[in-house]
Amino acid sequence: MESLRLTFQVAGGDLTHAGEASSQVKQTLRKMGYDSDTIRRVSVCMYEGEINMVIHANGGTATVDVGLDDITITLADVGPGIPDVEQAMQAGFTTAGDQVRDLGFGAGMGLPNMKKYSDEMNIESTVGVGTTVTMVVRIP
Amino acid sequence: MTVQELVSQLELTVFHLEDGGRAVTGGGYCGDLLSWVMGKAPADGVWMTIMSNVNVAAVAALTDLACVILTESVAPDDPLLRKAELQGINLLGSSLSTYECAVKLSAALGG
Ligand SMILES: Nc1ncnc2c1ncn2[C@@H]1O[C@H](COP(=O)(O)OP(=O)(O)OP(=O)(O)O)[C@@H](O)[C@H]1O
Ligand SMILES: [Mg+2]
Repeated sequence: MESLRLTFQVAGGDLTHAGEASSQVKQTLRKMGYDSDTIRRVSVCMYEGEINMVIHANGGTATVDVGLDDITITLADVGPGIPDVEQAMQAGFTTAGDQVRDLGFGAGMGLPNMKKYSDEMNIESTVGVGTTVTMVVRIP
Repeated sequence: MTVQELVSQLELTVFHLEDGGRAVTGGGYCGDLLSWVMGKAPADGVWMTIMSNVNVAAVAALTDLACVILTESVAPDDPLLRKAELQGINLLGSSLSTYECAVKLSAALGG
Protein backbone atom coordinates (compact mmCIF):
# COMPACT_ATOMS: atom_id res chain seq x y z
CA MET A 1 0.00 0.00 0.00
CA GLU A 2 1.25 3.45 -0.85
CA SER A 3 0.96 5.94 1.94
CA LEU A 4 -2.00 8.26 1.81
CA ARG A 5 -1.78 11.96 2.65
CA LEU A 6 -4.72 13.99 3.90
CA THR A 7 -4.39 17.78 4.18
CA PHE A 8 -6.75 20.24 5.86
CA GLN A 9 -6.81 24.01 6.23
CA VAL A 10 -8.06 24.74 9.74
CA ALA A 11 -9.70 28.14 10.22
CA GLY A 12 -8.72 30.19 13.26
CA GLY A 13 -11.14 31.33 15.92
CA ASP A 14 -14.08 29.38 14.51
CA LEU A 15 -15.08 27.05 17.30
CA THR A 16 -18.39 26.05 15.72
CA HIS A 17 -16.62 24.09 12.98
CA ALA A 18 -13.60 23.06 15.03
CA GLY A 19 -13.03 19.32 14.96
CA GLU A 20 -14.25 18.76 11.42
CA ALA A 21 -10.85 17.81 10.07
CA SER A 22 -10.53 15.28 12.90
CA SER A 23 -13.96 13.85 12.09
CA GLN A 24 -13.00 13.42 8.46
CA VAL A 25 -9.78 11.64 9.36
CA LYS A 26 -11.68 9.33 11.65
CA GLN A 27 -14.19 8.45 8.94
CA THR A 28 -11.42 7.80 6.43
CA LEU A 29 -9.52 5.52 8.81
CA ARG A 30 -12.68 3.65 9.66
CA LYS A 31 -13.41 3.04 5.97
CA MET A 32 -9.84 1.82 5.52
CA GLY A 33 -10.45 -0.74 8.25
CA TYR A 34 -8.09 0.43 10.98
CA ASP A 35 -8.74 -0.96 14.48
CA SER A 36 -10.81 1.15 16.86
CA ASP A 37 -7.97 1.71 19.34
CA THR A 38 -5.70 3.18 16.65
CA ILE A 39 -8.56 5.35 15.38
CA ARG A 40 -9.29 6.56 18.91
CA ARG A 41 -5.66 7.51 19.48
CA VAL A 42 -5.37 9.37 16.18
CA SER A 43 -8.69 11.11 16.88
CA VAL A 44 -7.59 12.40 20.29
CA CYS A 45 -4.19 13.59 18.99
CA MET A 46 -5.64 15.26 15.94
CA TYR A 47 -8.60 16.88 17.72
CA GLU A 48 -6.49 18.38 20.49
CA GLY A 49 -3.97 19.70 17.97
CA GLU A 50 -6.68 21.03 15.71
CA ILE A 51 -8.42 22.83 18.58
CA ASN A 52 -5.14 24.32 19.75
CA MET A 53 -4.52 25.81 16.31
CA VAL A 54 -8.05 27.24 16.28
CA ILE A 55 -7.85 28.73 19.78
CA HIS A 56 -4.20 29.64 20.24
CA ALA A 57 -2.78 30.17 16.75
CA ASN A 58 -5.50 31.60 14.49
CA GLY A 59 -5.66 28.39 12.46
CA GLY A 60 -3.14 26.42 10.46
CA THR A 61 -2.59 23.34 8.35
CA ALA A 62 -3.16 19.76 9.42
CA THR A 63 -1.49 16.95 7.48
CA VAL A 64 -2.08 13.28 8.15
CA ASP A 65 0.17 10.66 6.56
CA VAL A 66 -1.43 7.26 6.71
CA GLY A 67 1.11 4.49 6.30
CA LEU A 68 1.19 0.76 6.77
CA ASP A 69 3.09 0.85 10.07
CA ASP A 70 2.15 4.23 11.48
CA ILE A 71 0.08 7.36 11.11
CA THR A 72 1.85 10.72 11.32
CA ILE A 73 -0.08 13.86 12.20
CA THR A 74 1.53 17.25 11.54
CA LEU A 75 -0.07 20.49 12.73
CA ALA A 76 1.66 23.60 11.46
CA ASP A 77 0.68 27.18 12.25
CA VAL A 78 2.11 30.66 11.93
CA GLY A 79 0.65 31.75 15.26
CA PRO A 80 2.33 33.40 18.25
CA GLY A 81 4.46 30.37 19.17
CA ILE A 82 4.93 28.83 22.62
CA PRO A 83 7.47 30.65 24.82
CA ASP A 84 8.07 27.70 27.18
CA VAL A 85 7.18 24.33 25.68
CA GLU A 86 8.02 22.39 28.83
CA GLN A 87 5.61 24.52 30.84
CA ALA A 88 2.91 24.24 28.17
CA MET A 89 3.20 20.44 28.32
CA GLN A 90 2.35 20.37 32.02
CA ALA A 91 -1.13 19.12 32.87
CA GLY A 92 -3.32 22.06 33.85
CA PHE A 93 -1.23 24.82 32.24
CA THR A 94 -3.32 27.08 30.05
CA THR A 95 -3.44 30.60 28.68
CA ALA A 96 -7.02 30.17 27.42
CA GLY A 97 -9.32 33.14 27.99
CA ASP A 98 -12.74 33.19 29.63
CA GLN A 99 -14.63 32.91 26.35
CA VAL A 100 -13.16 29.56 25.37
CA ARG A 101 -13.23 28.33 28.96
CA ASP A 102 -16.98 28.90 29.01
CA LEU A 103 -17.23 26.44 26.13
CA GLY A 104 -15.35 23.76 28.07
CA PHE A 105 -11.83 24.34 26.73
CA GLY A 106 -8.85 25.52 28.72
CA ALA A 107 -8.29 22.61 31.10
CA GLY A 108 -4.65 22.53 30.07
CA MET A 109 -5.02 18.88 29.13
CA GLY A 110 -4.73 19.01 25.34
CA LEU A 111 -0.96 18.68 25.00
CA PRO A 112 -0.79 16.03 27.80
CA ASN A 113 -3.48 14.05 25.95
CA MET A 114 -1.50 14.28 22.71
CA LYS A 115 1.60 13.02 24.50
CA LYS A 116 -0.31 10.19 26.15
CA TYR A 117 -2.06 8.93 23.03
CA SER A 118 0.85 9.21 20.56
CA ASP A 119 3.96 7.04 20.43
CA GLU A 120 6.17 9.98 19.48
CA MET A 121 5.57 13.67 19.80
CA ASN A 122 7.70 16.65 18.85
CA ILE A 123 7.01 20.37 19.20
CA GLU A 124 8.97 22.96 17.23
CA SER A 125 7.98 26.45 18.27
CA THR A 126 9.45 29.90 17.85
CA VAL A 127 7.81 32.94 19.39
CA GLY A 128 6.50 35.25 16.68
CA VAL A 129 7.05 32.63 13.96
CA GLY A 130 4.79 29.69 14.72
CA THR A 131 4.43 26.16 15.99
CA THR A 132 4.67 22.75 14.37
CA VAL A 133 3.52 19.73 16.34
CA THR A 134 4.29 16.28 14.95
CA MET A 135 2.83 13.08 16.38
CA VAL A 136 3.30 9.47 15.36
CA VAL A 137 0.77 6.80 16.23
CA ARG A 138 2.11 3.31 15.53
CA ILE A 139 -0.25 0.65 14.31
CA PRO A 140 -0.12 -2.52 16.41
CA MET B 1 -28.42 -2.57 27.85
CA THR B 2 -29.34 -0.46 24.83
CA VAL B 3 -29.60 3.31 24.64
CA GLN B 4 -33.37 2.98 24.14
CA GLU B 5 -33.68 0.92 27.35
CA LEU B 6 -31.62 3.55 29.14
CA VAL B 7 -34.02 6.25 27.95
CA SER B 8 -36.95 4.35 29.52
CA GLN B 9 -35.24 3.35 32.75
CA LEU B 10 -33.75 6.75 33.51
CA GLU B 11 -36.76 8.64 32.09
CA LEU B 12 -34.54 10.64 29.78
CA THR B 13 -35.56 13.42 27.43
CA VAL B 14 -34.75 12.61 23.81
CA PHE B 15 -33.13 15.48 21.91
CA HIS B 16 -31.88 13.22 19.15
CA LEU B 17 -31.95 9.45 19.01
CA GLU B 18 -30.06 8.11 16.03
CA ASP B 19 -29.50 4.54 17.09
CA GLY B 20 -31.62 3.38 20.03
CA GLY B 21 -30.44 -0.18 19.60
CA ARG B 22 -26.84 0.74 20.29
CA ALA B 23 -25.39 -1.21 23.21
CA VAL B 24 -24.02 0.61 26.24
CA THR B 25 -21.00 -1.42 27.27
CA GLY B 26 -18.41 1.15 28.28
CA GLY B 27 -19.80 2.47 31.57
CA GLY B 28 -19.95 6.21 32.14
CA TYR B 29 -17.94 9.38 32.51
CA CYS B 30 -18.88 12.68 34.18
CA GLY B 31 -17.19 15.93 33.25
CA ASP B 32 -17.51 19.34 31.65
CA LEU B 33 -13.95 20.08 30.59
CA LEU B 34 -13.65 18.78 27.05
CA SER B 35 -9.99 17.72 27.12
CA TRP B 36 -10.61 15.60 30.20
CA VAL B 37 -13.54 13.94 28.50
CA MET B 38 -11.53 13.51 25.30
CA GLY B 39 -8.78 11.76 27.23
CA LYS B 40 -10.90 9.60 29.50
CA ALA B 41 -14.43 8.94 28.21
CA PRO B 42 -14.85 5.22 27.47
CA ALA B 43 -15.87 4.05 23.98
CA ASP B 44 -19.49 2.80 23.91
CA GLY B 45 -20.06 4.59 27.21
CA VAL B 46 -22.34 7.35 28.50
CA TRP B 47 -21.09 10.89 29.02
CA MET B 48 -22.92 13.04 31.55
CA THR B 49 -22.32 16.79 31.33
CA ILE B 50 -23.87 20.23 31.76
CA MET B 51 -22.08 21.51 28.65
CA SER B 52 -24.53 22.23 25.84
CA ASN B 53 -22.54 23.82 23.01
CA VAL B 54 -21.66 22.38 19.61
CA ASN B 55 -18.25 21.07 20.67
CA VAL B 56 -19.99 18.38 22.74
CA ALA B 57 -20.93 16.64 19.47
CA ALA B 58 -17.34 16.52 18.20
CA VAL B 59 -16.08 15.03 21.46
CA ALA B 60 -18.91 12.47 21.55
CA ALA B 61 -18.26 11.41 17.96
CA LEU B 62 -14.48 11.18 18.29
CA THR B 63 -14.62 9.13 21.50
CA ASP B 64 -17.27 6.74 20.12
CA LEU B 65 -19.70 7.32 22.98
CA ALA B 66 -22.97 5.39 22.95
CA CYS B 67 -24.82 8.52 24.09
CA VAL B 68 -24.54 11.88 25.83
CA ILE B 69 -26.84 12.88 28.70
CA LEU B 70 -27.18 16.61 29.40
CA THR B 71 -27.97 16.74 33.13
CA GLU B 72 -29.60 19.38 35.38
CA SER B 73 -32.34 19.96 32.78
CA VAL B 74 -29.82 21.58 30.46
CA ALA B 75 -30.99 21.80 26.83
CA PRO B 76 -28.66 21.72 23.83
CA ASP B 77 -28.20 24.98 21.96
CA ASP B 78 -29.32 24.96 18.31
CA PRO B 79 -25.89 24.32 16.77
CA LEU B 80 -25.39 21.30 19.05
CA LEU B 81 -28.78 19.86 18.20
CA ARG B 82 -28.13 20.29 14.48
CA LYS B 83 -24.68 18.74 14.76
CA ALA B 84 -26.05 15.79 16.74
CA GLU B 85 -28.56 15.16 13.95
CA LEU B 86 -25.88 15.57 11.30
CA GLN B 87 -23.29 13.35 12.98
CA GLY B 88 -25.77 10.82 14.33
CA ILE B 89 -25.11 11.38 18.04
CA ASN B 90 -27.57 9.99 20.59
CA LEU B 91 -28.28 13.18 22.60
CA LEU B 92 -30.42 12.84 25.72
CA GLY B 93 -31.37 14.89 28.75
CA SER B 94 -32.10 14.41 32.44
CA SER B 95 -33.55 16.66 35.13
CA LEU B 96 -31.26 15.00 37.68
CA SER B 97 -27.91 16.31 38.82
CA THR B 98 -24.87 14.72 37.21
CA TYR B 99 -24.23 12.75 40.42
CA GLU B 100 -27.80 11.45 40.72
CA CYS B 101 -27.84 10.56 37.06
CA ALA B 102 -24.57 8.64 37.39
CA VAL B 103 -25.93 6.71 40.39
CA LYS B 104 -29.00 5.71 38.41
CA LEU B 105 -26.89 4.80 35.39
CA SER B 106 -24.70 2.62 37.53
CA ALA B 107 -27.75 0.79 38.93
CA ALA B 108 -29.20 0.36 35.44
CA LEU B 109 -25.94 -1.06 34.13
CA GLY B 110 -25.84 -3.53 37.00
CA GLY B 111 -23.73 -1.74 39.60
N1 LIG C 1 -0.43 25.90 18.46
C1 LIG C 1 -0.20 26.67 19.55
N2 LIG C 1 0.22 27.95 19.41
C2 LIG C 1 0.46 28.74 20.48
N3 LIG C 1 0.29 28.32 21.77
C3 LIG C 1 -0.12 27.07 21.97
C4 LIG C 1 -0.40 26.17 20.88
N4 LIG C 1 -0.77 24.98 21.41
C5 LIG C 1 -0.75 25.13 22.73
N5 LIG C 1 -0.35 26.37 23.10
C6 LIG C 1 -0.14 26.88 24.47
O1 LIG C 1 -0.02 25.78 25.36
C7 LIG C 1 -1.00 25.85 26.40
C8 LIG C 1 -1.41 24.45 26.80
O2 LIG C 1 -2.08 23.77 25.72
P1 LIG C 1 -3.09 22.60 26.05
O3 LIG C 1 -3.67 22.12 24.78
O4 LIG C 1 -2.41 21.58 26.91
O5 LIG C 1 -4.21 23.28 26.96
P2 LIG C 1 -5.34 24.33 26.53
O6 LIG C 1 -5.47 24.36 25.06
O7 LIG C 1 -5.03 25.62 27.18
O8 LIG C 1 -6.64 23.69 27.20
P3 LIG C 1 -7.39 22.33 26.73
O9 LIG C 1 -6.58 21.73 25.63
O10 LIG C 1 -7.41 21.46 27.94
O11 LIG C 1 -8.74 22.75 26.30
C9 LIG C 1 -2.12 26.69 25.80
O12 LIG C 1 -2.94 27.29 26.77
C10 LIG C 1 -1.31 27.71 24.98
O13 LIG C 1 -0.80 28.72 25.80
MG1 LIG D 1 -5.68 22.54 24.01
